[in-house]
Amino acid sequence: MNASGGRTDRFEYLLRLGDDALVAAQRLAEWVSRAPELEEDMALANIALDQLGQARLLLSYAGEVEGAGRSEDDLAHLRTDREYRNCLLVELPNGAPGEDTLDFGVTIAKLLGFSAYQHGLYQRLVASTDQRLAEIAGKAVKETAYHLDHAALWTCRLGDGTAESHRRMQAAVEQVWPYTHELFQADDLTARLAVAGSGVDPASLRDGWLSTVEKVLAEATLTRPEDGWAPDGGRFGSHTEALSYLLGEMQSLHRAHPGVSW
Amino acid sequence: MTTVHAPADRAAEVVAAVPDPELPMVTIADLGILRGVEVSGTGRVTVTITPTYSGCPAMDTIRTDIRRALTAAGWPDVEVRTQLAPAWTTDWMTQEAKHKLAEAGIAPPEPHQDGGPVPVRLSMRCPNCGSPDTSEISRFGATSCKSLWRCRSCAEPFEHFKAL
Repeated sequence: MNASGGRTDRFEYLLRLGDDALVAAQRLAEWVSRAPELEEDMALANIALDQLGQARLLLSYAGEVEGAGRSEDDLAHLRTDREYRNCLLVELPNGAPGEDTLDFGVTIAKLLGFSAYQHGLYQRLVASTDQRLAEIAGKAVKETAYHLDHAALWTCRLGDGTAESHRRMQAAVEQVWPYTHELFQADDLTARLAVAGSGVDPASLRDGWLSTVEKVLAEATLTRPEDGWAPDGGRFGSHTEALSYLLGEMQSLHRAHPGVSW
Repeated sequence: MTTVHAPADRAAEVVAAVPDPELPMVTIADLGILRGVEVSGTGRVTVTITPTYSGCPAMDTIRTDIRRALTAAGWPDVEVRTQLAPAWTTDWMTQEAKHKLAEAGIAPPEPHQDGGPVPVRLSMRCPNCGSPDTSEISRFGATSCKSLWRCRSCAEPFEHFKAL
Protein backbone atom coordinates (compact mmCIF):
# COMPACT_ATOMS: atom_id res chain seq x y z
CA MET A 1 0.00 0.00 0.00
CA ASN A 2 1.44 3.28 -1.15
CA ALA A 3 0.83 6.49 0.86
CA SER A 4 -1.33 7.79 -1.98
CA GLY A 5 -3.54 4.69 -2.19
CA GLY A 6 -3.41 1.01 -3.11
CA ARG A 7 -1.93 -0.02 -6.44
CA THR A 8 -5.15 -1.45 -7.87
CA ASP A 9 -7.11 1.66 -6.89
CA ARG A 10 -4.56 4.01 -8.41
CA PHE A 11 -4.40 2.00 -11.63
CA GLU A 12 -8.19 2.04 -11.94
CA TYR A 13 -8.36 5.77 -11.23
CA LEU A 14 -5.67 6.56 -13.81
CA LEU A 15 -7.58 4.48 -16.36
CA ARG A 16 -10.69 6.59 -15.78
CA LEU A 17 -8.74 9.83 -16.28
CA GLY A 18 -6.73 8.52 -19.22
CA ASP A 19 -9.68 6.89 -20.98
CA ASP A 20 -11.72 10.10 -20.67
CA ALA A 21 -8.95 12.02 -22.42
CA LEU A 22 -8.27 9.35 -25.04
CA VAL A 23 -11.88 8.79 -26.10
CA ALA A 24 -12.56 12.56 -26.11
CA ALA A 25 -9.53 13.06 -28.38
CA GLN A 26 -10.54 10.28 -30.77
CA ARG A 27 -14.10 11.58 -31.01
CA LEU A 28 -13.05 15.19 -31.55
CA ALA A 29 -10.56 14.18 -34.25
CA GLU A 30 -13.50 13.11 -36.42
CA TRP A 31 -13.86 16.79 -37.27
CA VAL A 32 -10.50 16.98 -39.01
CA SER A 33 -11.15 18.13 -42.60
CA ARG A 34 -14.89 18.50 -41.84
CA ALA A 35 -15.16 21.57 -39.59
CA PRO A 36 -17.34 24.54 -40.66
CA GLU A 37 -14.22 26.59 -41.45
CA LEU A 38 -10.48 25.99 -41.74
CA GLU A 39 -9.62 27.85 -38.53
CA GLU A 40 -12.07 25.70 -36.59
CA ASP A 41 -10.65 22.56 -38.15
CA MET A 42 -7.27 23.49 -36.70
CA ALA A 43 -8.71 24.50 -33.36
CA LEU A 44 -10.56 21.21 -32.82
CA ALA A 45 -7.54 19.22 -34.00
CA ASN A 46 -5.30 21.07 -31.56
CA ILE A 47 -7.69 20.52 -28.67
CA ALA A 48 -7.85 16.81 -29.57
CA LEU A 49 -4.05 16.74 -29.65
CA ASP A 50 -3.84 18.23 -26.16
CA GLN A 51 -6.28 15.58 -24.92
CA LEU A 52 -4.29 12.84 -26.63
CA GLY A 53 -1.11 14.13 -24.98
CA GLN A 54 -2.82 13.99 -21.58
CA ALA A 55 -4.07 10.48 -22.34
CA ARG A 56 -0.56 9.32 -23.22
CA LEU A 57 0.90 10.67 -19.97
CA LEU A 58 -1.93 9.18 -17.89
CA LEU A 59 -2.01 5.76 -19.57
CA SER A 60 1.79 5.42 -19.57
CA TYR A 61 1.71 6.10 -15.85
CA ALA A 62 -1.23 3.71 -15.36
CA GLY A 63 0.83 0.97 -17.00
CA GLU A 64 3.74 1.64 -14.65
CA VAL A 65 1.48 1.63 -11.59
CA GLU A 66 -0.10 -1.66 -12.65
CA GLY A 67 3.36 -3.18 -12.96
CA ALA A 68 2.34 -5.84 -15.49
CA GLY A 69 4.45 -4.43 -18.30
CA ARG A 70 1.59 -2.84 -20.27
CA SER A 71 2.53 0.26 -22.26
CA GLU A 72 0.27 3.19 -23.22
CA ASP A 73 -0.26 1.49 -26.60
CA ASP A 74 -1.17 -1.84 -24.98
CA LEU A 75 -3.76 -0.09 -22.83
CA ALA A 76 -5.18 1.93 -25.71
CA HIS A 77 -5.25 -0.76 -28.37
CA LEU A 78 -5.53 -4.10 -26.59
CA ARG A 79 -8.53 -3.49 -24.33
CA THR A 80 -12.14 -4.08 -25.35
CA ASP A 81 -15.02 -1.68 -24.74
CA ARG A 82 -15.95 -3.46 -21.48
CA GLU A 83 -12.47 -2.72 -20.16
CA TYR A 84 -12.67 1.00 -20.91
CA ARG A 85 -13.40 3.26 -17.92
CA ASN A 86 -14.33 6.57 -19.61
CA CYS A 87 -17.52 8.46 -18.89
CA LEU A 88 -20.34 8.14 -21.43
CA LEU A 89 -20.24 11.85 -22.31
CA VAL A 90 -16.97 11.62 -24.26
CA GLU A 91 -18.00 8.58 -26.31
CA LEU A 92 -21.32 10.08 -27.49
CA PRO A 93 -21.40 10.70 -31.24
CA ASN A 94 -20.78 14.21 -32.54
CA GLY A 95 -24.30 14.48 -33.91
CA ALA A 96 -27.84 13.38 -33.28
CA PRO A 97 -28.18 10.11 -31.33
CA GLY A 98 -28.05 7.02 -33.53
CA GLU A 99 -27.09 8.95 -36.65
CA ASP A 100 -23.74 9.04 -38.36
CA THR A 101 -23.72 12.82 -38.69
CA LEU A 102 -21.59 15.63 -37.38
CA ASP A 103 -23.38 18.42 -35.52
CA PHE A 104 -21.13 21.29 -34.49
CA GLY A 105 -23.51 22.47 -31.73
CA VAL A 106 -23.55 19.02 -30.09
CA THR A 107 -19.75 18.86 -30.25
CA ILE A 108 -19.44 22.29 -28.62
CA ALA A 109 -21.99 21.37 -25.92
CA LYS A 110 -19.99 18.22 -25.16
CA LEU A 111 -16.72 20.17 -25.09
CA LEU A 112 -18.20 22.80 -22.77
CA GLY A 113 -19.39 20.21 -20.26
CA PHE A 114 -16.25 18.09 -20.45
CA SER A 115 -13.61 20.84 -20.46
CA ALA A 116 -15.30 22.62 -17.52
CA TYR A 117 -15.18 19.29 -15.64
CA GLN A 118 -11.59 18.49 -16.60
CA HIS A 119 -10.42 21.99 -15.73
CA GLY A 120 -11.97 21.84 -12.25
CA LEU A 121 -10.62 18.33 -11.71
CA TYR A 122 -7.05 19.12 -12.80
CA GLN A 123 -7.05 22.28 -10.66
CA ARG A 124 -7.60 20.02 -7.65
CA LEU A 125 -5.27 17.21 -8.78
CA VAL A 126 -2.37 19.67 -8.87
CA ALA A 127 -2.35 19.15 -5.08
CA SER A 128 -2.56 15.33 -5.30
CA THR A 129 -0.34 13.33 -2.93
CA ASP A 130 0.54 11.28 -6.00
CA GLN A 131 3.38 13.47 -7.24
CA ARG A 132 3.44 12.19 -10.81
CA LEU A 133 -0.32 12.70 -11.18
CA ALA A 134 0.07 16.21 -9.73
CA GLU A 135 2.72 16.96 -12.37
CA ILE A 136 0.51 15.72 -15.21
CA ALA A 137 -2.38 17.81 -13.86
CA GLY A 138 -0.09 20.84 -13.64
CA LYS A 139 0.42 20.72 -17.40
CA ALA A 140 -3.11 19.71 -18.32
CA VAL A 141 -4.82 22.43 -16.30
CA LYS A 142 -3.27 25.14 -18.46
CA GLU A 143 -4.43 23.41 -21.65
CA THR A 144 -7.99 22.80 -20.47
CA ALA A 145 -8.31 26.51 -19.65
CA TYR A 146 -8.01 27.18 -23.38
CA HIS A 147 -10.43 24.36 -24.26
CA LEU A 148 -13.05 25.72 -21.90
CA ASP A 149 -12.52 29.21 -23.23
CA HIS A 150 -13.00 28.00 -26.81
CA ALA A 151 -16.17 26.06 -25.99
CA ALA A 152 -17.60 29.03 -24.04
CA LEU A 153 -16.93 31.45 -26.92
CA TRP A 154 -18.73 29.20 -29.40
CA THR A 155 -21.62 28.50 -27.03
CA CYS A 156 -22.19 32.26 -26.78
CA ARG A 157 -21.84 32.86 -30.52
CA LEU A 158 -24.32 30.12 -31.37
CA GLY A 159 -26.72 30.60 -28.45
CA ASP A 160 -26.81 34.37 -28.83
CA GLY A 161 -26.66 34.21 -32.63
CA THR A 162 -29.54 33.73 -35.04
CA ALA A 163 -32.88 32.17 -34.15
CA GLU A 164 -31.78 28.97 -35.88
CA SER A 165 -28.38 28.76 -34.19
CA HIS A 166 -30.07 29.46 -30.84
CA ARG A 167 -32.60 26.69 -31.40
CA ARG A 168 -29.94 24.18 -32.36
CA MET A 169 -27.55 25.11 -29.53
CA GLN A 170 -30.38 24.80 -27.00
CA ALA A 171 -31.25 21.37 -28.42
CA ALA A 172 -27.59 20.36 -28.22
CA VAL A 173 -27.31 21.36 -24.56
CA GLU A 174 -30.53 19.44 -23.78
CA GLN A 175 -29.16 16.36 -25.55
CA VAL A 176 -25.86 16.39 -23.69
CA TRP A 177 -27.03 17.48 -20.21
CA PRO A 178 -28.17 14.06 -18.84
CA TYR A 179 -24.69 12.64 -19.49
CA THR A 180 -22.95 15.28 -17.38
CA HIS A 181 -24.26 13.79 -14.11
CA GLU A 182 -22.00 10.76 -14.39
CA LEU A 183 -18.92 13.03 -14.19
CA PHE A 184 -19.73 13.82 -10.56
CA GLN A 185 -20.66 10.34 -9.39
CA ALA A 186 -18.66 9.20 -6.37
CA ASP A 187 -18.08 5.55 -5.54
CA ASP A 188 -15.98 3.45 -3.15
CA LEU A 189 -12.88 3.89 -5.27
CA THR A 190 -13.01 7.69 -5.38
CA ALA A 191 -13.86 7.76 -1.66
CA ARG A 192 -10.72 5.74 -0.81
CA LEU A 193 -8.49 7.86 -3.04
CA ALA A 194 -9.96 11.11 -1.74
CA VAL A 195 -9.05 9.99 1.79
CA ALA A 196 -5.54 9.07 0.61
CA GLY A 197 -5.28 12.54 -0.95
CA SER A 198 -4.30 11.26 -4.38
CA GLY A 199 -7.75 11.47 -5.98
CA VAL A 200 -10.66 13.89 -5.90
CA ASP A 201 -14.23 13.22 -4.75
CA PRO A 202 -16.11 13.85 -8.04
CA ALA A 203 -19.24 15.05 -6.21
CA SER A 204 -17.25 17.93 -4.75
CA LEU A 205 -16.58 19.25 -8.25
CA ARG A 206 -20.20 19.79 -9.29
CA ASP A 207 -20.85 23.16 -7.60
CA GLY A 208 -17.85 24.76 -9.31
CA TRP A 209 -18.80 23.14 -12.61
CA LEU A 210 -22.39 24.36 -12.36
CA SER A 211 -21.38 27.93 -11.64
CA THR A 212 -19.02 27.93 -14.65
CA VAL A 213 -21.48 26.31 -17.05
CA GLU A 214 -24.56 28.20 -15.88
CA LYS A 215 -22.71 31.49 -16.36
CA VAL A 216 -21.84 30.56 -19.96
CA LEU A 217 -25.39 29.39 -20.70
CA ALA A 218 -26.85 32.61 -19.30
CA GLU A 219 -24.51 34.73 -21.40
CA ALA A 220 -25.47 32.63 -24.42
CA THR A 221 -29.18 33.32 -23.69
CA LEU A 222 -29.69 29.56 -23.31
CA THR A 223 -31.87 27.83 -20.75
CA ARG A 224 -30.14 25.51 -18.33
CA PRO A 225 -31.82 22.11 -18.71
CA GLU A 226 -33.64 20.46 -15.82
CA ASP A 227 -31.82 17.71 -13.98
CA GLY A 228 -33.49 14.36 -14.51
CA TRP A 229 -32.41 11.23 -16.31
CA ALA A 230 -28.79 10.47 -15.43
CA PRO A 231 -27.34 7.58 -17.46
CA ASP A 232 -24.13 6.04 -16.10
CA GLY A 233 -22.02 2.89 -16.13
CA GLY A 234 -18.95 4.05 -18.04
CA ARG A 235 -16.70 3.86 -14.99
CA PHE A 236 -17.54 0.14 -14.72
CA GLY A 237 -17.29 -0.73 -18.40
CA SER A 238 -20.98 -0.49 -19.23
CA HIS A 239 -20.94 1.74 -22.30
CA THR A 240 -23.18 2.90 -25.12
CA GLU A 241 -22.94 1.17 -28.46
CA ALA A 242 -21.09 4.23 -29.79
CA LEU A 243 -17.88 3.31 -27.94
CA SER A 244 -17.60 -0.05 -29.70
CA TYR A 245 -17.57 1.59 -33.12
CA LEU A 246 -15.13 4.26 -31.95
CA LEU A 247 -12.69 1.66 -30.62
CA GLY A 248 -13.21 -0.52 -33.69
CA GLU A 249 -11.89 2.29 -35.83
CA MET A 250 -9.17 3.46 -33.43
CA GLN A 251 -7.77 -0.03 -32.89
CA SER A 252 -7.96 -1.21 -36.51
CA LEU A 253 -4.39 -0.20 -37.38
CA HIS A 254 -2.96 -2.01 -34.38
CA ARG A 255 -5.07 -5.05 -35.21
CA ALA A 256 -3.84 -5.12 -38.81
CA HIS A 257 -0.22 -4.55 -37.77
CA PRO A 258 0.24 -5.97 -34.26
CA GLY A 259 2.87 -4.15 -32.23
CA VAL A 260 3.20 -1.34 -34.76
CA SER A 261 4.58 1.94 -33.42
CA TRP A 262 5.58 5.29 -34.88
CA MET B 1 42.82 3.19 -23.05
CA THR B 2 41.33 6.53 -22.15
CA THR B 3 38.61 7.95 -24.36
CA VAL B 4 39.09 11.62 -25.05
CA HIS B 5 35.93 13.69 -24.94
CA ALA B 6 35.38 17.23 -26.03
CA PRO B 7 35.31 19.68 -23.09
CA ALA B 8 32.27 19.19 -20.85
CA ASP B 9 31.01 22.77 -21.05
CA ARG B 10 30.85 22.44 -24.83
CA ALA B 11 28.11 19.80 -24.49
CA ALA B 12 25.76 22.33 -22.93
CA GLU B 13 26.47 24.79 -25.75
CA VAL B 14 25.82 22.16 -28.41
CA VAL B 15 22.45 21.22 -26.88
CA ALA B 16 21.47 24.85 -26.30
CA ALA B 17 22.00 25.61 -30.00
CA VAL B 18 19.53 22.93 -31.20
CA PRO B 19 16.73 24.75 -33.07
CA ASP B 20 13.06 24.10 -32.34
CA PRO B 21 11.74 21.97 -35.23
CA GLU B 22 8.54 23.99 -35.63
CA LEU B 23 10.01 27.41 -34.88
CA PRO B 24 13.51 27.05 -36.33
CA MET B 25 14.31 30.74 -35.76
CA VAL B 26 14.63 30.01 -32.01
CA THR B 27 16.62 27.40 -30.10
CA ILE B 28 15.28 25.00 -27.45
CA ALA B 29 17.27 27.01 -24.87
CA ASP B 30 15.64 30.27 -26.08
CA LEU B 31 12.20 28.71 -25.63
CA GLY B 32 12.91 27.43 -22.13
CA ILE B 33 12.30 23.82 -23.14
CA LEU B 34 15.86 22.84 -22.17
CA ARG B 35 16.02 22.31 -18.39
CA GLY B 36 19.49 20.88 -17.89
CA VAL B 37 22.60 19.28 -19.37
CA GLU B 38 24.91 17.08 -17.27
CA VAL B 39 28.07 15.31 -18.36
CA SER B 40 29.24 12.36 -16.25
CA GLY B 41 32.85 11.32 -15.71
CA THR B 42 32.43 8.65 -18.36
CA GLY B 43 31.27 11.18 -20.94
CA ARG B 44 27.60 10.25 -20.73
CA VAL B 45 25.43 13.30 -21.41
CA THR B 46 22.06 13.56 -19.67
CA VAL B 47 19.77 16.18 -21.15
CA THR B 48 16.52 17.20 -19.45
CA ILE B 49 13.75 18.78 -21.50
CA THR B 50 10.15 19.73 -20.76
CA PRO B 51 7.20 19.76 -23.20
CA THR B 52 5.38 22.98 -24.05
CA TYR B 53 2.00 21.19 -24.32
CA SER B 54 1.21 17.59 -23.22
CA GLY B 55 0.59 16.55 -26.80
CA CYS B 56 3.37 18.54 -28.44
CA PRO B 57 4.26 16.41 -31.49
CA ALA B 58 7.69 18.03 -31.77
CA MET B 59 9.06 16.28 -28.66
CA ASP B 60 10.23 13.16 -30.49
CA THR B 61 11.97 15.27 -33.12
CA ILE B 62 13.62 17.41 -30.44
CA ARG B 63 14.94 14.27 -28.70
CA THR B 64 16.37 13.00 -31.98
CA ASP B 65 17.88 16.39 -32.84
CA ILE B 66 19.62 16.60 -29.45
CA ARG B 67 21.05 13.09 -29.90
CA ARG B 68 22.21 13.89 -33.41
CA ALA B 69 23.87 17.19 -32.43
CA LEU B 70 25.70 15.65 -29.47
CA THR B 71 26.83 12.61 -31.44
CA ALA B 72 28.19 14.84 -34.21
CA ALA B 73 30.07 16.90 -31.60
CA GLY B 74 31.70 13.87 -29.98
CA TRP B 75 29.25 12.69 -27.31
CA PRO B 76 27.63 9.49 -28.60
CA ASP B 77 26.38 8.40 -25.16
CA VAL B 78 23.23 10.47 -24.67
CA GLU B 79 20.17 10.15 -22.47
CA VAL B 80 17.28 12.58 -22.97
CA ARG B 81 14.89 12.80 -20.03
CA THR B 82 11.46 14.44 -20.03
CA GLN B 83 10.46 16.42 -16.97
CA LEU B 84 6.89 17.66 -16.43
CA ALA B 85 7.23 19.77 -13.29
CA PRO B 86 7.48 22.64 -12.95
CA ALA B 87 5.18 22.99 -15.95
CA TRP B 88 6.58 25.00 -18.83
CA THR B 89 5.44 28.58 -19.15
CA THR B 90 5.99 31.15 -21.88
CA ASP B 91 7.57 33.32 -19.14
CA TRP B 92 10.68 31.12 -19.50
CA MET B 93 11.16 32.32 -23.04
CA THR B 94 14.16 34.66 -23.29
CA GLN B 95 13.87 38.26 -24.50
CA GLU B 96 16.12 37.17 -27.36
CA ALA B 97 13.57 34.49 -28.33
CA LYS B 98 10.68 36.96 -28.24
CA HIS B 99 12.68 39.32 -30.42
CA LYS B 100 13.45 36.53 -32.93
CA LEU B 101 9.80 35.45 -33.05
CA ALA B 102 8.67 39.02 -33.76
CA GLU B 103 11.28 39.32 -36.50
CA ALA B 104 9.87 36.16 -38.08
CA GLY B 105 6.36 37.64 -38.04
CA ILE B 106 5.06 35.84 -34.93
CA ALA B 107 3.76 38.10 -32.17
CA PRO B 108 5.52 37.00 -28.95
CA PRO B 109 3.61 35.97 -25.78
CA GLU B 110 2.63 38.51 -23.15
CA PRO B 111 3.62 37.88 -19.51
CA HIS B 112 1.38 35.27 -17.92
CA GLN B 113 -0.48 35.88 -14.67
CA ASP B 114 -0.12 32.65 -12.75
CA GLY B 115 -3.38 31.02 -11.71
CA GLY B 116 -5.47 33.49 -13.66
CA PRO B 117 -7.90 32.63 -16.41
CA VAL B 118 -6.88 32.50 -20.05
CA PRO B 119 -5.01 35.76 -20.61
CA VAL B 120 -6.67 38.04 -23.11
CA ARG B 121 -5.03 41.28 -24.11
CA LEU B 122 -7.10 44.09 -25.51
CA SER B 123 -4.79 44.84 -28.40
CA MET B 124 -2.14 42.80 -30.19
CA ARG B 125 0.47 44.66 -32.19
CA CYS B 126 1.03 43.47 -35.72
CA PRO B 127 4.61 42.10 -35.90
CA ASN B 128 4.84 43.22 -39.53
CA CYS B 129 3.81 46.89 -39.40
CA GLY B 130 3.45 47.58 -35.66
CA SER B 131 -0.18 48.61 -35.89
CA PRO B 132 -2.39 47.89 -32.85
CA ASP B 133 -5.43 47.67 -35.15
CA THR B 134 -5.62 43.85 -35.26
CA SER B 135 -8.25 41.19 -34.66
CA GLU B 136 -8.18 37.54 -33.60
CA ILE B 137 -9.31 35.05 -36.25
CA SER B 138 -8.88 31.87 -34.22
CA ARG B 139 -7.59 31.12 -30.74
CA PHE B 140 -5.83 28.03 -32.11
CA GLY B 141 -3.35 28.44 -34.96
CA ALA B 142 -1.27 25.89 -36.84
CA THR B 143 -0.09 24.51 -33.49
CA SER B 144 -1.63 24.49 -30.02
CA CYS B 145 0.85 27.12 -28.83
CA LYS B 146 -0.24 29.76 -31.35
CA SER B 147 -3.37 31.73 -32.19
CA LEU B 148 -4.21 33.30 -35.54
CA TRP B 149 -4.63 37.06 -36.08
CA ARG B 150 -4.99 39.56 -38.88
CA CYS B 151 -3.85 43.16 -39.15
CA ARG B 152 -6.41 45.68 -40.35
CA SER B 153 -3.72 48.22 -41.25
CA CYS B 154 -1.40 46.17 -43.48
CA ALA B 155 -3.97 43.41 -44.15
CA GLU B 156 -1.42 40.67 -43.35
CA PRO B 157 -2.40 37.63 -41.29
CA PHE B 158 0.02 36.71 -38.49
CA GLU B 159 0.43 34.23 -35.66
CA HIS B 160 0.67 34.95 -31.96
CA PHE B 161 2.49 32.73 -29.48
CA LYS B 162 -0.09 32.37 -26.70
CA ALA B 163 0.83 32.96 -23.06
CA LEU B 164 0.74 29.70 -21.11
